Amino acid sequence: MSTMKPRDSEIRFDLQIIASWIEPGSKVLGLGCGEGELLHFLKKNKRVSCTGIELNEAKVAKCIEKGLSVLQGDINEEILDYPDDSFDYVILSQTLQQIYEPGELIRSMLRIGKRGVVSFPNFSHWSVRLQLLTTGHAPITKELPYDWHNTPNIRVIALKDFRRFSRETGFSILQEVAINTDHHEKSGNIIKFFANLRATYGVFLIGKRKQ
Amino acid sequence: MSEYIEHDRNGVSVGIVERELFTFARPPKEMTLENGSTLGPVTLAYETYGELNPDRSNAVLILHALSGDSHAAGYYSNDDAKPGWWEIMVGPGKGIDTNKYFVVCSNILGSCMGSTGPGSMNPKTGRPFGLDFPVVTIGDMVTAQKALIDHLGIERLLAVVGGSIGGLQVLEWCLRYPDRIVSAIPLATTPKHSALTIAFNEVARQAIMADPNWNKGDYYRGAKPDLGLAVARMIGHITYLSDESMRQKFGRRLQDRSDFSFNFDADFQVESYLRYQGSKFVERFDANSFLYITKAADYFDLTRQYDSSSLVKAFSRAMAKFLVVSFTSDWLYPTYQSKAMVKAMKKNGLDVSFCEIEADWGHDAFLLPNERLTALIKGFLEHVYDETER
Repeated sequence: MSTMKPRDSEIRFDLQIIASWIEPGSKVLGLGCGEGELLHFLKKNKRVSCTGIELNEAKVAKCIEKGLSVLQGDINEEILDYPDDSFDYVILSQTLQQIYEPGELIRSMLRIGKRGVVSFPNFSHWSVRLQLLTTGHAPITKELPYDWHNTPNIRVIALKDFRRFSRETGFSILQEVAINTDHHEKSGNIIKFFANLRATYGVFLIGKRKQ
Repeated sequence: MSEYIEHDRNGVSVGIVERELFTFARPPKEMTLENGSTLGPVTLAYETYGELNPDRSNAVLILHALSGDSHAAGYYSNDDAKPGWWEIMVGPGKGIDTNKYFVVCSNILGSCMGSTGPGSMNPKTGRPFGLDFPVVTIGDMVTAQKALIDHLGIERLLAVVGGSIGGLQVLEWCLRYPDRIVSAIPLATTPKHSALTIAFNEVARQAIMADPNWNKGDYYRGAKPDLGLAVARMIGHITYLSDESMRQKFGRRLQDRSDFSFNFDADFQVESYLRYQGSKFVERFDANSFLYITKAADYFDLTRQYDSSSLVKAFSRAMAKFLVVSFTSDWLYPTYQSKAMVKAMKKNGLDVSFCEIEADWGHDAFLLPNERLTALIKGFLEHVYDETER
């Protein structure tokens, strides 16, 4: 385990990992960008030209007030309008578990962007496994804090599953970082060994598979 | 729109303002209109608030809707009962901050609030134009505004802002003079009128033309077609509200009575409201202007005007940074129409933001106090301004 010092405590640790991958001056689309925490950071610190898509009106308004260009809408539909290779990076942060057609969406991401970034909570973390085993209830964790009946998360994903999904769907994983962090904490650890068991989140940089 | 004009809740205002007139296109340099005819001289009534900065980069042009005028903010005198029509949005520290921006608002060509329109004197006859006034378009209105902006010495407008028919002008500005616009805020508007909108406008026009006083537009020396214009305004007001807002505002409540009259008086509050709005409107608006402006709006079609193949191609001319806003209960210019133009902007790689504001008040929502709308416009303009100053 290597402890990472927060490089910039303005943003969450998982977003710091993503930000470290983004080339300065590039063009970025953030899918489900929330209040624009990451996009604002990228715009300010890396002179990145940012666009976001977000469904929630209040969050969209927050983004626009911050000076970000954000469209209110459903990411699955909005993504279809962009021409091929419109962006250097298309980011799907902490949203994959809520997507009805993840394969379609990732294909679209890599159609309109040269690279994609996907992050999600790891469902095979030991605490998830232990809870199900010992209590017999559907697990509730810091990262997945909902009951079965009120969760927006329609999919449970393990890091291993995502790697297999990349092979089956036909995209490449260019970089992969497994982390252990409280969702709201600004710092965390990168997990090198037994990540599927020990990491709370996975962050992946993906690209088109070379033919 | 006048029914909503209200004083600022915190008493903040740009203060005493003055209406000015700009006359251009004097013969023989008349203005050539889209229908091929010429018009001149042309006068535009306008107002300005705030100061133009030394490099002339802080000008914001406000474009008004059907029945609006150049009086967007402030008061004409200390005992003026009402401020300008967008007092809640325009002023010191407000959404469109007159401490930062030089704000211009002009009355549109064809209107009756000081600019040249069908009620103006026809220099060739010495009598009001009436139906001799050429059928102007949204494009003609924008061409006239551009002459004013040139006259004011403004090379590039920091922003063009407007709702409804004002929004049509915003879009027209962005395609007609793309290199003159840094940013644009089209509110509650559309790239072209739907059949539904044209239909309502046509019924309103028919109401005016069916009034015997209308007399083929030649009524300026006698009784005016007030009944027709009032009915036209009543139709308009229905389309500006929504099922929900009418239910909240009126329901089936009766007006000043406890039971039905069993005659054709205004029993219901909604009837009384519409009659009142209609009768108020005729005091300040010219029926012919209503015909001309609604016709211009019905003709407006960005695709037809700029590239008959698609809206996407039409927007390929645009260069501005856009903030598009629609309102959930607006059924006159529904959200899908805003989304269609947002899509065309996206396909052209334009920098665009879009927000659909949840509001019960129908099309009129853009004129009502709305913290979200104010914050959006304020934040957007500030960042556009900071980015251009950098």
